[in-house]
Formats: sequence, structure tokens, C-alpha cells
Amino acid sequence: MTYLIDILLIALGAALINNFIFYYFVGICPFIGVSRRVEMAFGMGCAVTFVMTIAAAISWTMTRFVLMPGAPLTQWIAGWWLDPQTAAGVDLSILSYIVYIFAIAASVQFVEMYLRRFFPLLYRSFGVFLPLITTNCAILFACLTIMSRLVGVDDPAARWDLGQALVLAIFGGLGFTLAIVIMAGIREELEACDVPTPFRGAPIALIVGGILAMAFMGFTGVDNGLKTALTPPAVVAQAPPTEPPSGAPTP
Amino acid sequence: MSTPSAGQRFIRGILPENPVYRQMLGLCATLAVTNNLKSAVTMGAAVLFVLVCANLMVSLIRHLLTPHLRIVIFTLTIATFVTVADRLLAAFLYPMSKALGPYIPLIIVNCIIICRCEVCAAKQGPLTAVADALGQSIGFTLALVSLAAVREILGTGMWFGFRVLPAAWPDWVIMVLPPGAFLTFGLLLGLTNWISAQRAGKEEA
Repeated sequence: MTYLIDILLIALGAALINNFIFYYFVGICPFIGVSRRVEMAFGMGCAVTFVMTIAAAISWTMTRFVLMPGAPLTQWIAGWWLDPQTAAGVDLSILSYIVYIFAIAASVQFVEMYLRRFFPLLYRSFGVFLPLITTNCAILFACLTIMSRLVGVDDPAARWDLGQALVLAIFGGLGFTLAIVIMAGIREELEACDVPTPFRGAPIALIVGGILAMAFMGFTGVDNGLKTALTPPAVVAQAPPTEPPSGAPTP
Repeated sequence: MSTPSAGQRFIRGILPENPVYRQMLGLCATLAVTNNLKSAVTMGAAVLFVLVCANLMVSLIRHLLTPHLRIVIFTLTIATFVTVADRLLAAFLYPMSKALGPYIPLIIVNCIIICRCEVCAAKQGPLTAVADALGQSIGFTLALVSLAAVREILGTGMWFGFRVLPAAWPDWVIMVLPPGAFLTFGLLLGLTNWISAQRAGKEEA
């Protein structure tokens, strides 16, 4: 049960409360660049969600089994020529940035090849966005968030498992799609407006983004509220029983 | 158009081809770290270090690059220098490294650096490449500082931690929160567009 609540909070946090675009400012370049038409924005959002999920799975696996201090695979390999005490101290987390960027580039490449071969229709609709995604900060940001929940977390129970990492990636991607589609809808309408010349294009898009970010600030605190609302059993168990259970079934 | 010299490239990066206001590159960092001046300056310094090192390295190996692998080589070079910068910050400026958090590693995917490697360093000698990197990163730092100054002064009434506005100033907290970044940058961008349109108009008249 607590695990489910945890998953729900991660999902809500990634999609709405701490939206990747409006709270962390990652993925601003496509947000400004590709948000002129709703269909394009939706295609970009889907492509980002797709790649983010795959990259998150790869980077979680790499971090958990190879990169973090005390990772099993690294220890096993280091154990071939090092004594166990030294092998336990092998820490490859300094390599993590290089590994992540490589994982992202590779997954973009594979997704592109796979789509072109098996789903040509889908490839035509968002294939053009795929190469752009390699340098999309949102994806690297998701990998880094997952890393921060694994490396340096001393309590093994508090470390994220693969499910939590995937939920973060999927809902983060959905939040990104939501933001970019809302933005594209507004910008389609903006084309009919009389915007002062110096503000045409990017400046007015940024100001609209600011107003949207204000709207998304309305979600602040929802996670804490939900957490208290969803965890009554523990609270009730701690509270002293004020009256004897009167509704107990009579034999 | 003739290829610009090292000096011209240096000047060009600062204002006429400012990476933030003119080319709209590297916006994530621009918006995220400009809620106070100290983190803006640290970010600018980190980008300067990475950009100079990456440009120099790419320029030195430019004859070995093969066209279809060059982006991968650029990215791995940048990732290496970003790791160095990240470790240096964690060693000497630990609180700042904590405050900037994931935005230092996100320099890897900062479009400015990969753009300069592609446009300049892969074709020019080391001296030109370093001058170009210095110009671009100083331009980037100036843009960050201008944004951060507006946000910090209006949001807290402070400038680099010194009080500049009277204590009665009602802090516009929204300016240091995420929406303030979008609004300030949108307005400043409009302002620079307006100024350059005015100047272009004057030259024509």
C-alpha cells in the first residue's frame, strides 16, 4: 500500500507539481521551437516520452548494477584480481554522465531504426524529432534524478527500484507532452493576435510560458495533502482509542 | 563572407551573436539558475571552463574527425570536461554545487557548446577556437548576469547579497520563483529586439 502511494506521488509530482518544463526548466528548446502546431507538439511529446522511458530503464540498470558504489557486477569483476575489501570500495559513479549520454544517444538511434523498420507510419509522424532528442535536457534530467535516488542513498529500502524509475520517466514525459501541447494550442491562437513587433515569436511565447507556470504553481502542496489524506491507517493506529469499538459484531 | 579572425570571433560572441539573446541557445540553464547572481556567475564560469576545454580539444583533433561520428565525439568530449567541472565544484564550492544540483551535469546537453564545436572548433585552429569559446561564454555569462540581476533585485531587493532597494520594498517573490524566469526573459528579449530594431532603423535613415 505504501508502495502504491509512493508511486502515485512520484507520478503526480513528475507530471504536474514539479512539471519538467514549468518547474525545472528542462526541455525549453523544443518547448519554444516546436510548439507552433498542436500535431507537431504532440508528436514531439510522444517521442520524448518514449525515449525517456527507455533511457530511464537503461540508466537505472547501469547505475544499480555497474556504476554505484558496491554495485554487484562491478564488484564481481573487480573481485577477480582485487581482494574483497578493496573490491567493495570500487566506485564508478564518476563515469555516470558519460554513460548516461551514451545510453541516450544509443536508445535514440535504436528507436529510430526500429520505428523505420516496423512502424513506417509512426516514423513519418515523429521521426524527424528523434535526432533532436539526443540533446534534449529533459531526458538527461530524468536519468540524473534517478541517479540521485540511487547513488548516495545509504538506506537500501529508500533506493528507487526499476518501477519507480519507469513511473518517473513515463509521467515526466506525459507532463512534458501536456505542457508543450497546451503551449501549441495557445500559440495557434496567438497568430491571430496583434502582438507588438519586438515581442513576436519567442518573447511572447516565453511570457505565455510564464503565465502557464503560474497556473501550474497552483499544484504546489497537492502532494503533501494527498500523502496525509492517503495514509490514515498509520495515523489512526498511533492515535489512542478514544472510545471502545461499539460497532463490533455481536457473536 | 570571409572567415572572421580570432579577435572578431571573440567580439562577436559577446554582443552581436550573443548565445542567449540572439541565438536562443542554452535556455534551460539560463532560466533555471538565474534566481540569484551568485549561482548565475558560478554557472557562467562552469560553462566557460567546459566550452574553452572542449573547443580546444575538438580543434586539436579536427583532422581525425569522421563526419558521421563527429557528434558522438563532441558529446563524449563535453561529457568528460563536465565531469571534471562537476568534481571541481563539489571539491571547492560544495554549497554551490549542492544548490546548482543537476544543472551542472546538464551542461552536457547545453546546445551552445555542441554548436560552437560544430560551427567553429571543428574547422579552425586552436587559437581561433579558444577565442571563439571565450567570446561566446562571456556573452553567455553576461546574459545570465543581466537576467539574474533583474530577478534578484525585484524579487528580494538585494544585489549580490547587498540591499539596493529600500527595506520597505515589497519583495516580488514571483520573480525568484519559476514563472519570474519566463516573464523576465520574455520581457528582456523583447527589449533587446526593440533596441536592435531602433538601431537598424537609425542606420537606414
